[in-house]
Amino acid sequence: MSSTTDRSRLRRARELAAAVTDPEMPMLTLADLGVLREVALEDDRVVVTITPTYSGCPAMATMRDDLVHRLVDGGFAEVEVRVSLHPAWSSDQISARGRQALVDHGLSAPGPAAVHAGAVPLTLTPPVRRLHCPRCGATGTSLVSEFGSTACKALYRCLACQEPFEHVKEI
Amino acid sequence: MDGTHEPVDHENAYAGLLGGDDSQWAFGTDFEDPLAGVEVTLPDGVAAEDLAAYAVMLADDALVMAQRLSEWCSRAPDLEEDIALANVALDLLGQARLLLARAAAADPSCVPVLPEGSPVPPEDALAFFRDDRAYLNVRLVELDNGDFARTVVRLLVFSTWRLALLEPLRSSRDHVLAAVAHKGVKELTYHRDYAARWFLTLARGTEESRRRLLAGLDMVWPWTAELLLTHPVEARVAGCGIGIDPSAVATEVDSVLDQVLSLSGIDRPADASSLSPGPGAPVPGETGRDGVHTEALGALLSEMQSVARDHATGSW
Repeated sequence: MSSTTDRSRLRRARELAAAVTDPEMPMLTLADLGVLREVALEDDRVVVTITPTYSGCPAMATMRDDLVHRLVDGGFAEVEVRVSLHPAWSSDQISARGRQALVDHGLSAPGPAAVHAGAVPLTLTPPVRRLHCPRCGATGTSLVSEFGSTACKALYRCLACQEPFEHVKEI
Repeated sequence: MDGTHEPVDHENAYAGLLGGDDSQWAFGTDFEDPLAGVEVTLPDGVAAEDLAAYAVMLADDALVMAQRLSEWCSRAPDLEEDIALANVALDLLGQARLLLARAAAADPSCVPVLPEGSPVPPEDALAFFRDDRAYLNVRLVELDNGDFARTVVRLLVFSTWRLALLEPLRSSRDHVLAAVAHKGVKELTYHRDYAARWFLTLARGTEESRRRLLAGLDMVWPWTAELLLTHPVEARVAGCGIGIDPSAVATEVDSVLDQVLSLSGIDRPADASSLSPGPGAPVPGETGRDGVHTEALGALLSEMQSVARDHATGSW
């Protein structure tokens, strides 16, 4: 097989893998979410490496199944999905396009994640995030809970339009 | 999703939800190795059985705590707390799964042997097919939940202690332990903040909320001494840069708990190790890390394990 064919097969595999969407936030592709770490060709096999957002992320099996399904449908007979645990996923890895897609779908995008090399300080007051309501754009919002419908989201309420909305947490 | 939509089937509430893309319905159809492709070679200078036992200790703490927190599902004081406690449980369950898989990869002989043809992966075999004597969690996590206040006290102590352990574990020479610690630190930061804020709220709330919090503290505190006791396995893995000696994080744990207690206007209870021979007083060689447990663990495990044990060769 010529290297030109290899390059074009690799490009095609990357396109297919990058277009697979997150099962819980389908407005985001795995690439936009930052969990798609690598797509490589090992002889005839496509090897895709993904990383979990949270340790208990129940979407990992679905992501794996979806990746295999799309790549097989796209003409790659052999697909292997591997896990990469290091470096740990951070919400900072959500792309600019992904952030816009979140807002376009009524979710609030995360701010920069805190980095602590040593002991993590205790935070006894709820975090102050300067959020815009993804529905009406108002800046007055109130935190309902730091835990939401999926591991990666917090619950907020807009004080202007009164609508609840979800904020993707900084981690 | 592509633009081709099938006609909506009005008899089926689920039809059409995903534009005919049935790949989205493949939830949990097969078991996959959670460490597929991850470097699991044994680091130099550590015995396989020590690394496995240490990973099982950290896993069992998280697994049993997750099981207790899950008991709040559908019965927490309000919907937000129900969701919060389930989220914390899910993070811990995820940590437990990776750690049990790590233990199995380091020392396959630690995995219970199942009937031929059983599709149960090693981490599930460890979770569902060990008796309480083989569980190595600290006893703090197996105690009954009690009310919400007691649950908050225990979660504060547990998450403070586990965060203090995982912070230095990020530099473990074992790649999997280091990676679990890196992610776990981020997750436990949220858990500890949640518990500490509720502790403060209950302490400064009503007379009743404070009374319940103090009662919860009385119940939980005697079991904290065991957390900082060093088991010989922990001493050995700490000695070779793989694990953390829990006695080394005592200062960090104390300083966080003192911060919360003092803001709550609550005196620090007497040093738990001076409470012996009360309940929970750790006797070396007879602690949770040695597989010696309270009755509560047996009951918890029989519920948690019953389905898996009844269908050891079942496919899900």
